[in-house]
Amino acid sequence: MIAKPIPSLTRDELSVPTDSTIAIVAPELEPRPGGGRPGRGRRRLSATVLHVALIVAGVAMVFPFVWMLITSFKTLPQLLQDPLSFWPAPWTLDNYVEAWNAAPFAQAYFNSIYIVVLAVIGTLLTASMAGYAFARIRFRGSRIIFVVFLATQMIPKQVTLVPFYLLMAQFGWVDSHLSLIVPAMLVNPFAVFLMRQFVLSLPKELEEAALVDGAGRWRIFWSVILPNLKPGLGALSIIVALDVWNSFLFPLVLLNSPDLFTVPLLLSSFRGQFGSLNYGLVMAASAVATIPMLIAFVIGQRRILNSMAASGLGGR
Amino acid sequence: MTLQPGGAAATTVAPPADPAASAPGGLNKESAWRRRDRRWGYVFIGPQVVGMAVFVLLPFVASMVLAFASWNGLTELTWVGLENFTAQLQDELLLRSIVNTLLIAIITVPIGLGLAVVIAVALEKLKTRTLYLILFFAPVVTSTVAVAMIWQQMFRVDGVLSQTISAIFGIAPPDWLGDPRLALIAVCIVSIWSALGLNVIIFLAGLQNISPSVIEAARIDGAGAFRLLRSIRLPLLSPIIFFSSIVAFISSLQTFDTVFILTADAGPDNATRTIVYHIYDLGFGRFEFGPSSAASVILLLLTLVITAIQFGAQKKFVHYEDDAA
Repeated sequence: MIAKPIPSLTRDELSVPTDSTIAIVAPELEPRPGGGRPGRGRRRLSATVLHVALIVAGVAMVFPFVWMLITSFKTLPQLLQDPLSFWPAPWTLDNYVEAWNAAPFAQAYFNSIYIVVLAVIGTLLTASMAGYAFARIRFRGSRIIFVVFLATQMIPKQVTLVPFYLLMAQFGWVDSHLSLIVPAMLVNPFAVFLMRQFVLSLPKELEEAALVDGAGRWRIFWSVILPNLKPGLGALSIIVALDVWNSFLFPLVLLNSPDLFTVPLLLSSFRGQFGSLNYGLVMAASAVATIPMLIAFVIGQRRILNSMAASGLGGR
Repeated sequence: MTLQPGGAAATTVAPPADPAASAPGGLNKESAWRRRDRRWGYVFIGPQVVGMAVFVLLPFVASMVLAFASWNGLTELTWVGLENFTAQLQDELLLRSIVNTLLIAIITVPIGLGLAVVIAVALEKLKTRTLYLILFFAPVVTSTVAVAMIWQQMFRVDGVLSQTISAIFGIAPPDWLGDPRLALIAVCIVSIWSALGLNVIIFLAGLQNISPSVIEAARIDGAGAFRLLRSIRLPLLSPIIFFSSIVAFISSLQTFDTVFILTADAGPDNATRTIVYHIYDLGFGRFEFGPSSAASVILLLLTLVITAIQFGAQKKFVHYEDDAA
């Protein structure tokens, strides 16, 4: 057993559950033990109090998004004269038209989507390969290499910001998406760790039959292990996608041409250009950058929430 | 979910079933198979190992080297020994960055995790909670840039927050982003808001994994709802709270997006300058690669020290199901 002081390793103890064990948004109603005890009226009252408190908290959580939408439909004169009025009077789409024309949002969405897709596919493949090897193949140095993988997770990415930039400059990858895609595809110690856990949770009998039949490692990996890793791969792709989609510092440093910008980077350009002048415009740009993501989240909320709970680490 | 410290002791690599061992022909064949299999091991870890070496270890070593050098990318690289560190440690901007970063972490982690525990405990009592989860989690799936852009408008002097406060308390509208002290608080508010949902679902999952038999046993012993929470649920949740606090603290140390966007380049008079902003500013604002690398080494050391302290504290506060059961 490897020593404790590696935070990610200790996820081990929280054991990565497969899809079936984590269900924080499961649809079923759990029977409550002790439901028939006296004091039901009081319980109903406290449930009401609970709901009221949670609704207040929930409204506080979404208020910034609501205010973003409301503001984005207001005209500048209304914003300046009456900052507290709620409904736009009159409603206007000018902010959206202006935001859309001021910056290449469609291009940015295309960039972000294809970068995320390539990064996710690459990570799923390389991390599950490595995770499988660390879990099931015996080879010299596997333990020490695995420990190095875990240890590097302690290094904040930002520590290597300057040398990473210089390296990318050497490769000629500055102002190119390669500097975002290739490293994302090839290094993700957390993903390797997660996939190793998922492989360990598979019964060994799965591969044994194939091994006896004389199947090679690659065939076993490809046609026995990978299909059984589906829940893990699903969770991992959500985590990686969120992480890559939202990353900001590295794209900020590595990309210069607006045509190459990712969605967050393009949005950030509104800060400098239009900043404090017209905040209806800034809110419209923010809405263009966030609403599609929020809709995607609401559609896939069950899988996303369960994946994030299972991974425990989240997509930062 | 097992919470034992030695839980998954499966770190040792499982030996694969060896078909050749049972096959006629014996030892030679087996070792040939093993040798080939070993090579497959290297092939499988190959891509990630190459990526690790090129994109993490190499820049990491370079960062350590640059920390002892003077270079702007154009001139000759010259060795300056510890000069970058001594200069950095006397640099008022770095000290301010460290203080600000630690303040953000010390304010956001306890408040953020505390709120998350309260909300998770409340949600666990409900039968239908999907809507709440969506509300709390929405900021987590929103990019930090968008979050900061939205809150920047909320925090304007003529924005909704300041005007509401002004109207309610009859005071002058606070200038959240212009007042050095309020700017740091604004950064903390945004950080708490955007990370809350993540911790809520993690804690909720933890609470749901407490075995019902433990709860039932305590109930039979006459424990009330509050007693259950204090003596059973929270202690059993403590390992998860603990790991989340480390993750949250370390990620607070890396605060950048929020101060870069929300408080427009580190706020009034560098009031919200953080270490990562400092690294970025030295490296890409002034092209002083040496001092920037020295600052990143300081960030690394800080991260390691905090992690060590938190693991030291772990023994005192964290309970595992074994102890309780």
